[in-house]
Amino acid sequence: MTTANTEQIGLIARISGPVVQASNMLGSKLYDVARVGEEKLVGEIIRLTGDLATIQVYENTEGLTPGEPVYLTNAPLSVELGPGLMRQIFDGIQRPLPVIREVSGDFIARGIEIPGLDHKKLWDFAPSLKVGDKVVGGDILGEIPETPTVDFKLMVPPNIRGKLEFIAQRGDYTIDDLSATVVTPTGDKVDLQFYHRWPVRQPRPYHQRLPANIPLITGQRIFDTIAPIAKGGTGAIPGGFGTGKTVSQHQLAKWSDAKIVVYVGCGERGNEMTDVLREFPKLVDPYTGGPLMDRTVLIANTSNMPVAAREASVYTGITLAEFFRDMGYDVAMMADSTSRWAEAMREISGRLEEMPGEESFPAYLASRIAEYYERAGRVLTIGSKPREASISVVGAVSPPGGDFSEPVTQNTLRIVKVFWALSKDLASRRHFPAIDYLLSYTLYWSALEDYYSENVSPEFPGLRAETLALLQKDKELQDIVALVGPDALPPSEKIILETARMLKEDFLQQNAFHETDSFCSLEKQYLMLKTILRFYEKAQDLYKRGAIVSDIFEHELVVRIARMKYIERSEIETSLNELMKEIDGLTIQAFGVED
Amino acid sequence: MTVQEKYETREFKTVIEVSGPLMFVDLQGMGGVSYGEIAEIITTTGEKRRGQVLDVSKNLAIIQCFEGTSGLETKDTTCRFLGETMKIGVSAEMLGRVFNGRGEAIDGGGDIVPDKILDITGSPINPSARQYPKEFIETGISTIDTLLTLVRGQKLPLFSGSGLPHNMLAAQIARQAKVLGAKEDFAVIFCAMGITADEARFFRDDFEQTGALDKVVLFLNLADDPAIERLLTPRLALTTAEHLAYDHDYHVLVILTDITAYAESLREVAAARSEVPSRRGYPGYMYSDFSTIYERAGRIHGRKGSITQIPILTLPNYDITHPVPDLTGYITEGQVYVDIGLNRKGLYPPINPLPSLSRLMKDTIGQGSTRSDHKYVQDQLYALYATGKDLRDLVAVVGDESLSDIDKKTLEFAELFEQKFINQDYYEDRSIFESLDIGWELLGTFDDPHRVLKRIPSEFIDKFHPTKRDKKTDFNTVNI
Repeated sequence: MTTANTEQIGLIARISGPVVQASNMLGSKLYDVARVGEEKLVGEIIRLTGDLATIQVYENTEGLTPGEPVYLTNAPLSVELGPGLMRQIFDGIQRPLPVIREVSGDFIARGIEIPGLDHKKLWDFAPSLKVGDKVVGGDILGEIPETPTVDFKLMVPPNIRGKLEFIAQRGDYTIDDLSATVVTPTGDKVDLQFYHRWPVRQPRPYHQRLPANIPLITGQRIFDTIAPIAKGGTGAIPGGFGTGKTVSQHQLAKWSDAKIVVYVGCGERGNEMTDVLREFPKLVDPYTGGPLMDRTVLIANTSNMPVAAREASVYTGITLAEFFRDMGYDVAMMADSTSRWAEAMREISGRLEEMPGEESFPAYLASRIAEYYERAGRVLTIGSKPREASISVVGAVSPPGGDFSEPVTQNTLRIVKVFWALSKDLASRRHFPAIDYLLSYTLYWSALEDYYSENVSPEFPGLRAETLALLQKDKELQDIVALVGPDALPPSEKIILETARMLKEDFLQQNAFHETDSFCSLEKQYLMLKTILRFYEKAQDLYKRGAIVSDIFEHELVVRIARMKYIERSEIETSLNELMKEIDGLTIQAFGVED
Repeated sequence: MTVQEKYETREFKTVIEVSGPLMFVDLQGMGGVSYGEIAEIITTTGEKRRGQVLDVSKNLAIIQCFEGTSGLETKDTTCRFLGETMKIGVSAEMLGRVFNGRGEAIDGGGDIVPDKILDITGSPINPSARQYPKEFIETGISTIDTLLTLVRGQKLPLFSGSGLPHNMLAAQIARQAKVLGAKEDFAVIFCAMGITADEARFFRDDFEQTGALDKVVLFLNLADDPAIERLLTPRLALTTAEHLAYDHDYHVLVILTDITAYAESLREVAAARSEVPSRRGYPGYMYSDFSTIYERAGRIHGRKGSITQIPILTLPNYDITHPVPDLTGYITEGQVYVDIGLNRKGLYPPINPLPSLSRLMKDTIGQGSTRSDHKYVQDQLYALYATGKDLRDLVAVVGDESLSDIDKKTLEFAELFEQKFINQDYYEDRSIFESLDIGWELLGTFDDPHRVLKRIPSEFIDKFHPTKRDKKTDFNTVNI
């Protein structure tokens, strides 16, 4: 947090919930941080009228009195960017929660001023440039091994260029130490520390946008096969309560092949964040073998924490994500839930007595959502040696009553390219992940198809298309069954129904809490799909040659197909190839029919 | 620093407007009134009432009056600001006592001597201080224990409706709740918001009959008590709960009824302030407001006690998409759906497992806590009941001639499940082992268990299936 200067300029004039008006504020700037009252509560100026400033306060305002002082910091809401972010859990304005606990105990007191990063810890820095080198913003000065799986790259902050006059030697430093001195073309000397500050509402610059044509592999069959998201892509998971938004978000955070994960718990349950804190250090990252926590930053602003800080938390999160992107990493950011963020905007807007838009959300809701998702993307970073990096953003949406026509869902869908629709119906059947495979879509498929053909199998796009067609046909047939019963269908269509059931139960359903099934590699997804479709082909053939449909689908191989998902990683290839061989070898005689 | 230290008590006779639950006081430019401060309102007849500052500037304070505004006027009504925010004196002596919705003792036992005076708003629990709840609470109700396991530190609401036996259910849970193999101090805090005197008496009698009354604290804001007072009552109850849980190591079960009435009061204040309404006239901050109640459930590292909440909601027109249950469901860790259809069939407790959920059960159940087959049995019972219900709908349209044998069996299962598993007596306290075994008995009616019971791994079928069980093994233990 920015330390307030002692100069008092404003006086509290009015308090209404999290919104405070202060008089005598001439000279303050919009979106600057102000410290409100004698307890110096953190707030942000969100409106200026004459000498009156309206401030949204990030802490509980109870007990504030008109006439108390307001201090100015002359700086916008910013975060500290340096080593020490990994494994940490912050509140919505980057105060580390474990440190808050040391200061104020098990309950969060207010008016606590704690820096985002540890300023005392020593870091082992190894420079990669030398005195005399020319640098521009984004250039890497050196590295710090922050966790066993993540190397922190110390960068020249954006907007600085010049020649290195000094650079720290290999050794241990605190983040306040001098890392380098840059002489700018105009002859000014700029001293750099091991961290810098960046205002959260301002996107960090990049060199150029790149097409999003590499999938973000999530290990979840419904995502990777049916509706994949690209690295640098944007996706939304809307769903009513109990449909599995949070479990889906957790699965993405656990298993996606991003190098860094930023997880923002925005206005959600306290116990869910505890779950992450408890579970992530124990889980093994399938890509690096280290604990998942080593690549994770958590931001927790639970529902009962102050509403204005909830509004800020998604910006804090995306700014941290951009910082890691600038280092050259693929970052995945999860925000659970963006609806709570939108509601925080609505609450503040209501207190400001602004003219309401749809469902009393502020009229700028759509543009705020769009601005936020636009900070995702696959880019070439700034710096003289640009790096390819990305931020993929997945936002959960919590529509009231599970009704997708509400403004937050609709405005989000207008922006994001992947829609994973959670369905109450599937959830109540315990079909998890309860993602509606027909309603969901991805706009990245055409860009990603080549990747799948080259890296998984040239057959993959075909298998996927066949799967989608079967599921669609199944839907149509189910409608008929609901009207006239399953007996009315001809056997060929019963085969489709049975195959679709296998696809749904044995492929799309995935157990997030099963050790093996929780993560499914692309290779395994491909083989599983191939096995089921191979059986489908065989079933058609057997039926044509006289077998009875119900006999075919009661064969012992069907049970083995159902257990495919639990096959260990090391045995997948042999087991499934074996299974397919047996499917091919099924003879009509096995069904009591003479050929 | 408390507000009291900063400012003296101030008195104003300048009430300029009384409207709905709100009173507007002209501060004549003197200011000095804090946001959230408590005001004492003295009517012309000398009666004292309390209110709280909702909005304040140097010239004007808006006060919400907890005890109603009737009888207030703009000439002689006095408003005295007490220089403090809303507080309650708490002590372990409160157990066994009855308080009104403002926290005043109404059982004739005199005032309590407080150990501590606490702010009723409370502070949010630091997420990094929370301990993940995973201690199984046995309620003795099969549907809850098996399919919707209640966990210590959880908030699990009852979604009910008018005319349904949610009060009986809550009383039964309060009476029977226990942790396996543990003898620990437990307490029940009963917080009534806008329920009738009859309903309150029902709970009180039930606690009395079972001898639990000395472990119960009652906060009663009844239907004829001031509506705005309801905004205080749950906070008083939860502050008391926190004191008992975190200072005296009690495991506290808080029953909050009826959240719908609480939400009505919230709406009334919002409307009086001419706030822009959100869905169905409820204020846009209702979610945040609810969370400051529900999120006070939980467990904390290094502290013995816990707070478990069972809020009761009467869903208007049994509509689960109504803002009150909807916003509740987004905060609570699941819901128990009390179903009118099952109630009409004469089943008690009429809990429909299909729309119900307990989010914390996955880490709670299993060997050492309940039994190793629990996870699979609940999954299988749920799946078969869901299929059975679907088949019922299908049969209603096309008749049962086209059904396969397994389908017919599943239909039968759904019926048995309702009659034998869901249905139980109001005083019947089934152990988790009994509940699981009833489940197995029903699953045992299928002929080819390995084919039909797809959600149970074969080794569990061989071990637990009624016809395959080893007679010498004791199945009434968490260690199996």
